[in-house]
Amino acid sequence: MPPAAATNSLTGPTNWANKHRKWLFAAPAMAFVGILIIFPLAWTLYLSLTDSQGSVRAATDFIGLENYMTVLSDVERFWPAVGRTLTFTGIALVCEVVLGMGIALLLWRPFRGEKWVRVAILLPLVATPVAVGMMWRLIFDPNIGFANQLLGAVGIPAQPWLSGQDTALGTTIFMDVWQWTPMVVLILLAGLTSLSEEPDEAARMDGANAFQRFFFITLPLMMPTVIVAILLRGIDALKTFDILYATKGKGGGSFHEVETLNVYAYGLSFDYNQYGLSSAVLILFFMIIIGSMWLLTMRKKAGSK
Amino acid sequence: MTVLTENPSSAGQPQPLRRPRKPLGTRAYKVFRVVALIAVVLFLIAPLIWMLLASLKTNVDIYDTAKSFIFSPTFENYANVLQRNNYFVFIFNSFWVAFVSTALSLVLGVPAAYAMSRFTMHRSALVVLMARVIPGVSLLVPWYYVFSNLKMVGGFEVLILSHMFVALPLIVYIMMSYFDSLPLELEESAQVDGLTPIGAFQRITLPLSVAGMATAGILSFIFSWNNFMFALVLSGSKTKTLPVAIFDFVSYASIDWGGLMAAATVVTIPIMIIALFTQKYIVSGMTAGATKG
Repeated sequence: MPPAAATNSLTGPTNWANKHRKWLFAAPAMAFVGILIIFPLAWTLYLSLTDSQGSVRAATDFIGLENYMTVLSDVERFWPAVGRTLTFTGIALVCEVVLGMGIALLLWRPFRGEKWVRVAILLPLVATPVAVGMMWRLIFDPNIGFANQLLGAVGIPAQPWLSGQDTALGTTIFMDVWQWTPMVVLILLAGLTSLSEEPDEAARMDGANAFQRFFFITLPLMMPTVIVAILLRGIDALKTFDILYATKGKGGGSFHEVETLNVYAYGLSFDYNQYGLSSAVLILFFMIIIGSMWLLTMRKKAGSK
Repeated sequence: MTVLTENPSSAGQPQPLRRPRKPLGTRAYKVFRVVALIAVVLFLIAPLIWMLLASLKTNVDIYDTAKSFIFSPTFENYANVLQRNNYFVFIFNSFWVAFVSTALSLVLGVPAAYAMSRFTMHRSALVVLMARVIPGVSLLVPWYYVFSNLKMVGGFEVLILSHMFVALPLIVYIMMSYFDSLPLELEESAQVDGLTPIGAFQRITLPLSVAGMATAGILSFIFSWNNFMFALVLSGSKTKTLPVAIFDFVSYASIDWGGLMAAATVVTIPIMIIALFTQKYIVSGMTAGATKG
């Protein structure tokens, strides 16, 4: 395509393409998203208002908000799952942000061997979550696992870890912290590196110690980055599925110890074929995710003013 | 460039104002820092090493706590996993699905990200990025219905499509922040010199975006390789990917730990090798857009 000729011709397909390039470029991706995401989401909304079950092909009746009533009054499975989802996400996020900030501060100033620490940080991040789940299953095995061996060496009695009714959720949180703290480190480190030195330097001149400088200078300046890290990690943590399903299987274990909303909805859909109910759970789940994101962005806006 | 927020870590080079080289803190802090960093590295690496060690043990040795670190290594588990359980097929499946879904997502996503960045199409961008928020299960039921009616469940096409659901938004997100950071002037002067806007995109912007596309492509490949839930529902016996294959390993009565750890290592090693060689890109992709506030 000779460029000079193309600009000179005021009509013809090339000119048309250039004039409409905005939508020409965006339309294929938008269409893909529309067909594969918006349409299924609308369908889920529709299914949540019907009594669809057994087979999606089976005839269904429109039952209004009945599924939502059933789900919202379900204190056996639904509300505990909400609680576990929020507990899992909340505790994991706090650990990951606090640890992540600590590690990012350690890495902030250059040092010898930096390269090796960076490799160590990268590896958990890219490891396949299902494989990671299997790895921890062996380490946390009550009889042959390394975790109890380690505890035994320092005189602490063996723990049931994943097989304990009260310890399973905590163990999976630990696994999440292991795998995803590195991501928080990377984000916070990028933020730290882009900070300007002057405020810190000025505070040092004025005699502020390291803790004062961190809490009154660095941390406030880092708040926007911290919130981005919480947002990105929080969305994924709420939707955690792989490690939970890989370690505890269907229903989040025999006592539903690690059954979060995502695991619950998956089970309703593909183990029990309760499409109507599961769709209602999913819509509520989606609203929880959007709601918590909205709260965070509000805080972010309030913080930046 | 906001995307490439890499630290220049080569010591000895003159640094701009940003990072003063002079040592900071007291001696006690320095000691603490070394100890803390070693602890961090151990915490992150030890489990992986444990997995690797267990994959080289016989099941008898795994049950023997006296042989935690000293044992005679065997490759029997790997031979079992790779030959008897046909893992080469699953490796190919995982690779093929990740490769094609990444390539297609780049073809669709890069121009879209360009348009959204240059014409500040915030609302369209929001729609695409919403895909990062939606729980995957809510898409699986409709997909399963439609694709099983089309007799496509169990084929590669449907797996690739489902993985594009993860890849496309990721690529659009990373590329948008990359294009945002590219100066407009280059394209404008190219247009003054007689290129059409699309020509300027093709000949100026695209070649300048190779690093961004590498970042987006590598991350999308990794996420697809690691994806479990979509393949769990949508793959068939011929298209099973590695994560599902590992999961199936434990659905029998007793767990063959050695084999399981070998399988887990087989899945993780390729992706870790890729990650080691493309570290810079992964870091920039993970932190894309994070420091813009």
